[in-house]
Amino acid sequence: MTEKSLNPSSFSIDKAASPSGEPSGASRLIPDWVRNWRTPDVLLRLLSPIALLLLWELASQLGWIPQRVIAAPSQIGGTLWAMIVSGELGKHLLVSLQRALLGLSIGVSIGVVAALITGLSRRGEVILDSPMQMLRTIPSLALVPLFILWFGIGEFTKVALIVTGTTFPVYLNLFSGIRNIDPKLIEAANTLGLNRRELIWHVILPGSLPSFFVGLRYSLGISWLALVFVEQINTTAGIGFLASDARDFMRTDVIVICLLIYSVLGLLIDGLIRTLERFALAWRPSFVRN
Amino acid sequence: MSIDSLAPPVQLRNVVRQFGQQRVIDGLDLDIAPGEFVALLGASGSGKTTLLRSLAGLDSIDSGQLRVPKARAAVFQEPRLMPWKRAWKNVILGLHIPDAKARAVQALTEVGLAHRLDAYPATLSGGEAQRVALARGLVREPKLLLLDEPFAALDALTRIKMHKLIIELWRKHTPAVLLVTHDVDEAILLADRVIVLADGKIAEQLTIDLPRARDTGQEGFQAIRARLLGLLGVEVEVPASAAAVGVRRFAHG
Repeated sequence: MTEKSLNPSSFSIDKAASPSGEPSGASRLIPDWVRNWRTPDVLLRLLSPIALLLLWELASQLGWIPQRVIAAPSQIGGTLWAMIVSGELGKHLLVSLQRALLGLSIGVSIGVVAALITGLSRRGEVILDSPMQMLRTIPSLALVPLFILWFGIGEFTKVALIVTGTTFPVYLNLFSGIRNIDPKLIEAANTLGLNRRELIWHVILPGSLPSFFVGLRYSLGISWLALVFVEQINTTAGIGFLASDARDFMRTDVIVICLLIYSVLGLLIDGLIRTLERFALAWRPSFVRN
Repeated sequence: MSIDSLAPPVQLRNVVRQFGQQRVIDGLDLDIAPGEFVALLGASGSGKTTLLRSLAGLDSIDSGQLRVPKARAAVFQEPRLMPWKRAWKNVILGLHIPDAKARAVQALTEVGLAHRLDAYPATLSGGEAQRVALARGLVREPKLLLLDEPFAALDALTRIKMHKLIIELWRKHTPAVLLVTHDVDEAILLADRVIVLADGKIAEQLTIDLPRARDTGQEGFQAIRARLLGLLGVEVEVPASAAAVGVRRFAHG
């Protein structure tokens, strides 16, 4: 009985038997794997950038693009390799990363603490929110002259500028995350008899975590941006220094390498945050489904 | 049994709640006996939800007396589970007991969700999520269980199953239950007593004497239904023979 009802030909899809599948004489000569060949999407995606690179290289070789405008891809590659091998790139990268991380961690910490104060207490909001809102409208780069006068041109100024840039995205997002928690969940928590501390720990903090991550991403981007700028002030190391030094010597190849490093690191850090989110926000529908 | 458990868990005397000039609850008296299942019907704006929220402690009253047991739990139309907590953690949220996980497992087993202990709410179906919410309420062993249209958002088939489940759980845990609903059939199927609320007052209350387990085809069911719908402003035709069977009218006040 089961054999009858499970007759495979009645529901399996047989490509060869489909009406359009009658192979013509020519296509029979081509092997199946060639006919069924599908170029992977990755390769297709890479096609146009590679073509552009080749064009660029060609134009440089023919002298259409002078080196003082931009160096040839081959030259950039060669310089990059030399800088990696000599350890020069690693040294500057490390210095930059340290600056960014230090500034970022201080900035994010301040942002989190301030958002917790204003988000969790009315009085905190009254006292702290308006100064925070006023400060956030000042572009942190506009503080450079003042910071130089106050703190000199040393490391402190550089880190302080990154701190001022990275505090506010975290502050604003976490604050709104805390305030926008579904009031129905708060009500449910109240009927369950949670006390204030438990409410914060079990409901408000986990519920505002997604907003925190949004803020963190902005802050990361800004820390990177600030780095480019502050490393042009009296520095002897760092990617920003490398770039401004290269400008003085018209080394377009080095400048391009610096740009590449900024973008690659930006992507890497974004990937890192994504991974973090995947663990911390595993409960979100978008992650749960995967 | 202690004296406390014999006293009516819910006692309301002349309760008033108003928003601005509008009295949403207007001098309401209500007693609910231990283990009694009361359904509250009423058109939108009749004050049902406000009453339930006052009983749940989510809203205050402006005057009158309101006595509710400390051990109470509420289940709402939406499950209101914490999306970031797995099912079992949601169940014992806010409980301070040893061996909490075992209690959560027990409560979820009772509602037929032993296999979804570690599921995040986002992965639960509407019915499953609502069962977790029920388990979360019952694990607290409430003296009063407040249900605010808990089955309204469920599909018809799931709702039938949930009706059966809620009666089972009510029999087992014997809390007093106050069910707010729009569904007249649901009220008659589940409740010992149906209260119709209008303009913040009890307009009518009926004791439902139909034997359990009930169904809508039962003798007397349609008569009660017609009567309640009439009170809610919906006129329906009922065969004359079926009228007034199994209905005992309560004078209120």
